[in-house]
Amino acid sequence: MTLLEFARGPMLHFALLVFVFGVIWRLVSVALLGFRKHYSEERNSNDKALMVGTATCGLRSWPHKEFIGRTAFGEAVGYGYHIGLFTIVLLGAPHVIFWQNLFGFSAPWWPTLPGGLITVVSVLTVVLMLIATIRRAMHPPLRQISNFDDYFTLAILYAIMLSGLWAVLGGPGRYEFILAAHIISFNLLLIWFPFGKLMHAFYIFPARFVNGYLHAKKGAAT
Amino acid sequence: MSTTATQAFAGAGAAEDNRTAEQRVEGAMSAFARGFGATVAMNMESCIHCGMCADACHFYIATEEAKYTPIWKAEMFKRAFRRESGAFAPFFKILGLKKKVTLEDLEEWQELLFDSCNLCGRCSLICPMGLEVAELIEIGRRGMYEAGLAPKELVDRAAQQAETGVPEAVEKPYADLLKEIGEKHGVDIVLDKGKADIMVCAPRSDLNRNPSSVAAMVKVLNKLGANYTFRSDAIVAENYGYYAGSNGLQKTIAKRVVDQAKKVGASLVLVPECGHAYYSLRWQAAELMGETLPFKVRHVTEYFAEQVAAGKLKLNKVDGLPTAFHDPCQLVRKGGVMDAPRTLMSELGVNLKEMYNHQGYSFCCAGGGGMNDIERSRPLRLKAQEMKLREVDDTGAKRFLTSCSDCRVAFDDAGEHFNWDKKTESLVELVADNIKE
Ligand code: HEM
Ligand code: HEM
Ligand code: SF4
Ligand code: SF4
Repeated sequence: MTLLEFARGPMLHFALLVFVFGVIWRLVSVALLGFRKHYSEERNSNDKALMVGTATCGLRSWPHKEFIGRTAFGEAVGYGYHIGLFTIVLLGAPHVIFWQNLFGFSAPWWPTLPGGLITVVSVLTVVLMLIATIRRAMHPPLRQISNFDDYFTLAILYAIMLSGLWAVLGGPGRYEFILAAHIISFNLLLIWFPFGKLMHAFYIFPARFVNGYLHAKKGAAT
Repeated sequence: MSTTATQAFAGAGAAEDNRTAEQRVEGAMSAFARGFGATVAMNMESCIHCGMCADACHFYIATEEAKYTPIWKAEMFKRAFRRESGAFAPFFKILGLKKKVTLEDLEEWQELLFDSCNLCGRCSLICPMGLEVAELIEIGRRGMYEAGLAPKELVDRAAQQAETGVPEAVEKPYADLLKEIGEKHGVDIVLDKGKADIMVCAPRSDLNRNPSSVAAMVKVLNKLGANYTFRSDAIVAENYGYYAGSNGLQKTIAKRVVDQAKKVGASLVLVPECGHAYYSLRWQAAELMGETLPFKVRHVTEYFAEQVAAGKLKLNKVDGLPTAFHDPCQLVRKGGVMDAPRTLMSELGVNLKEMYNHQGYSFCCAGGGGMNDIERSRPLRLKAQEMKLREVDDTGAKRFLTSCSDCRVAFDDAGEHFNWDKKTESLVELVADNIKE
């Protein structure tokens, strides 16, 4: 078995298993703690609270005007690399093929962007990630709260991005080898996903919903 | 952190706490874990470490010191959760990714959990993940209390209030004080009536410092012909158990009020101008007692606004003096009394000049959460307050109102320190002074 076959085969399957079961376990272990019964007379009905909770899922994506002056830069960078990542993963031709193979379906309607454009997006995304990393290391609060998880997650993402760019731009080294490195980094991302902060992709909407909902019961600000 | 800070903190009888360090940390963590349901655990699990919460907290904004980042204040508990009870606790433990939390760590965190947080909840509104950051800090405080690490000022007051109903040694019983206030201000104060529809409390800080606000509230109640009473056994509105982070003391203190209200058959308990009293009675008492309370809890501004809406309370228009209003966090942002103060002000024709950060987003007075009572936190508090006073000045207001006695204590102290040209006045007093005959 070549390294590339290993990366595309057993390792990928192992990584997918860890990812799926890890994510499920992490979500279930929280849900198992149970939701508490509340006894206080609520200000708003359950229906209204459900509505506000749902709205909070979307509204929290944009900072309140009271905060935007202080957070705009960080958020712009954050939006930037997320959009970049999603564009590459969902609209880059090699990836689209990969998803179709992985899930075993064929989707000729799935649009892709030209390779050159994806390369530009990739470079921009790497630059934005660099800015995010530098901020993390320099901005006092970020520096204070950052831990292994934060840097390790970024490191895995860099490995994916740089190997991907390397393969596309034809850097030195055998193509299969570079591609294997790309896929191995992706596998690492899958394996690390349930353990660290990447879980935010799954937690973000439930967390926003629950807190929006509970605040709405009290009529508190969301 | 310096040893002096740590020593200063030795609260909750730390000196005579003869449990081992291990047992105290254990106590902290199990108390912490008790506060857990799925919602809190989700908050614990989903911080993305984006650092934005720092940009909501007046203590960080005023000092730019990284340690005041809100989520950092809960760090020890977040770490312990991930290491001891999170979904992958053994993994973090074995790989040593999360260090064990020690008593020294907790001692170091006393300052962050108690001396530099008002539990104001502003940070919970900025978090892109939607986390209840302030609640994590509050639960952390409850853990600290169990470890014997809550500040002595707060613990002593809470213990005394739980035992006697009054959070401090007093020369004169509050019931007598209340009677005197009635005589001095020429209002009849109903005390210890056997049955009443409404039970009323008073803020300790108003009884001592601003008795005219208490008289004002009573004057309006009398004017409305309300069937109300104070009860000697439950006059104080504040709940120092909430500040100190003690579930047990908070519950005992709340129970005193609840029992008296049940005894007089009240269908309504009226919380005076005190934000924390409101939040702890309105949103936490029933939860701590595990039962639905047989009465409603309303803030005095809420009740008056209801009376205005019902046409029972009519008010004169006041002068056109530009006026700013400070939204008490526990009442407005966290408590949900969003409109009542503004309803009253608009009925009074107040020429309201809003601060840039107002209503749900206002900055805390910086005295809340027990910080008014922690003398050594004053320098930090003043830094945050300097910012707040400037924000009030920026409105061009000449009159400054609020509806929380604790906020007034904080503003009075800051005003004196900075030679501020404004006095912080009670909204209820303005109402009482302008009842349409
Ligand atoms: C700088 C950005 C990226 C570039 C330029 C890039 C480019 C590439 C290229 C050229 C391939 C080779 C396809 C082939 O020859 O079969 C590939 C495969 C792959 N990429 Fe990326 N990629 C990037 C980012 C990412 C990211 C962010 C992820 C996932 C989070 C990802 C996941 C994958 C996977 C799973 C494959 C494997 C496909 C296979 O098995 O053939 N890539 N990528
Ligand atoms: C539902 C989808 C997702 C949402 C709504 C989301 C949202 C967020 C938010 C709000 C932040 C904080 C932003 C900031 O620091 O300014 C963040 C950070 C981050 N996200 Fe996502 N995310 C999603 C999916 C993903 C995925 C799939 C990945 C990677 C594969 C990812 C990687 C990251 C990384 C690495 C950071 C932290 C960067 C740093 O170190 O500052 N996110 N995300
Ligand atoms: S609750 Fe208020 S004082 Fe405490 S950390 Fe959050 S913003 Fe700061
Ligand atoms: S704003 Fe929320 S997600 Fe960001 S660091 Fe603070 S608590 Fe964590």
